[in-house]
Amino acid sequence: MIFNRLINRARYKSPWLLFFNGGGCNGCAIEIAACLTPVYDLERFGVINKGNPKHADVLMIAGTVNYRNRRTLENLYSTITTPRIVLAVGACACTGGIFKGAYNVLGGADRAVAVDVYVPGCPPKPEALIDGILKGIGRFRSPGGGNAAD
Amino acid sequence: MSISQTVWLASITAVVAPLAGGMLHALDRKLTARLQSRCGPSWVQPFYDTLKLFGKQSQAVNQWQPFFALLYLFGAAASMMVFVLGGDLLVLFFLSTLTVSFLVMGALSSASPYSRIGADREMIQALIYEPMLLVALVGVYHATGSFDISAVRNHPQPLLLQLPMAYPALFLVFLIKMHKSPFDFSAAHHAHQELVQGILTEYAGPVLAFLEIGRWLETLLLLLIISLFWNTGVGGAVFLPAATFAAAILLDNIAPRLVWRWALRWIWISGLVVICANLAWLYWT
Repeated sequence: MIFNRLINRARYKSPWLLFFNGGGCNGCAIEIAACLTPVYDLERFGVINKGNPKHADVLMIAGTVNYRNRRTLENLYSTITTPRIVLAVGACACTGGIFKGAYNVLGGADRAVAVDVYVPGCPPKPEALIDGILKGIGRFRSPGGGNAAD
Repeated sequence: MSISQTVWLASITAVVAPLAGGMLHALDRKLTARLQSRCGPSWVQPFYDTLKLFGKQSQAVNQWQPFFALLYLFGAAASMMVFVLGGDLLVLFFLSTLTVSFLVMGALSSASPYSRIGADREMIQALIYEPMLLVALVGVYHATGSFDISAVRNHPQPLLLQLPMAYPALFLVFLIKMHKSPFDFSAAHHAHQELVQGILTEYAGPVLAFLEIGRWLETLLLLLIISLFWNTGVGGAVFLPAATFAAAILLDNIAPRLVWRWALRWIWISGLVVICANLAWLYWT
């Protein structure tokens, strides 16, 4: 019981990130990169940008998910080891944004994978991104917490 | 040493060494952060990371990965025990070589190209640093007359006076083993990935946690070997590894990555040749 609480606290304190750019304009990608710079410094929350789904806890999806990269996204999502959290960053990943209705656009990342936290904005400010990440990993604190689909 | 003393010392090492290794890793990340004008993670961050990894799904691709990861951890722990219990430096060298080979075999056991290329590069790294480490230990033998660690500790003058060129060689060995720039072509830390995570790509969950703890032990062991070179008095024995550690972190932050051909050329010129020259000088005087 106390071991579970310790592990949950460790999950909250050490969220490793995987960023997936689903064919966006890179505005959100740049804001996420800004979060990792010394000004906003995500590492003080224990966040490391790991490019490896097997090592990651948090999947951040930015950009419109389209029919072409849907398979890649689902592949990455299934490779990420549980427990995991999925964040949809930016208007395009939340609902399709400015590209909603286009022939190749799914209309939001939640059409492909189960999303836990939506961070709106075009692009969202780094403060909003940090807020979204912390909200997402807050789910680890509850017993059995994690992605909605797990 | 009596049996009970050995057991006590081994038990204390088994508890203290991973904790000390974790604190060293935290110091590494904190110093790196401060050099980059930012706060950095908390001081217990490596322990949070490892605990979290124990709670993750393992997703081992075959039965050999956890096997080799555990062997890597046991190899690193055994090397630490050999050092602490005053064993043979040559045995220590062979044990640590074997430890790295387990890491490589574990990575090669999966079909992932990132893992395999990372393993190839790790073997190249071993090719680069092992001759230097071996020649440094042979130099210790010529200076003190024995490979035994207790004989080295009881040597009347600091080994660095007779083996000044061993220090640059060992510094380079430390940089390579710790996967620090400019020699992190096999498995880079954190965000500097070229091959996803290189040799660590296919490991996840508790298996990765074993590797992390093994790496902490390896770092600590290397710093302890460096401290042997200024064995007279506590001041030198603490100053030398501390200076090495600080210099390695500084160099990590300012140096770009070298490709392995350049690394081989420059390390062997600046490390292997000078330490062989030192050994030759020691032998003929």
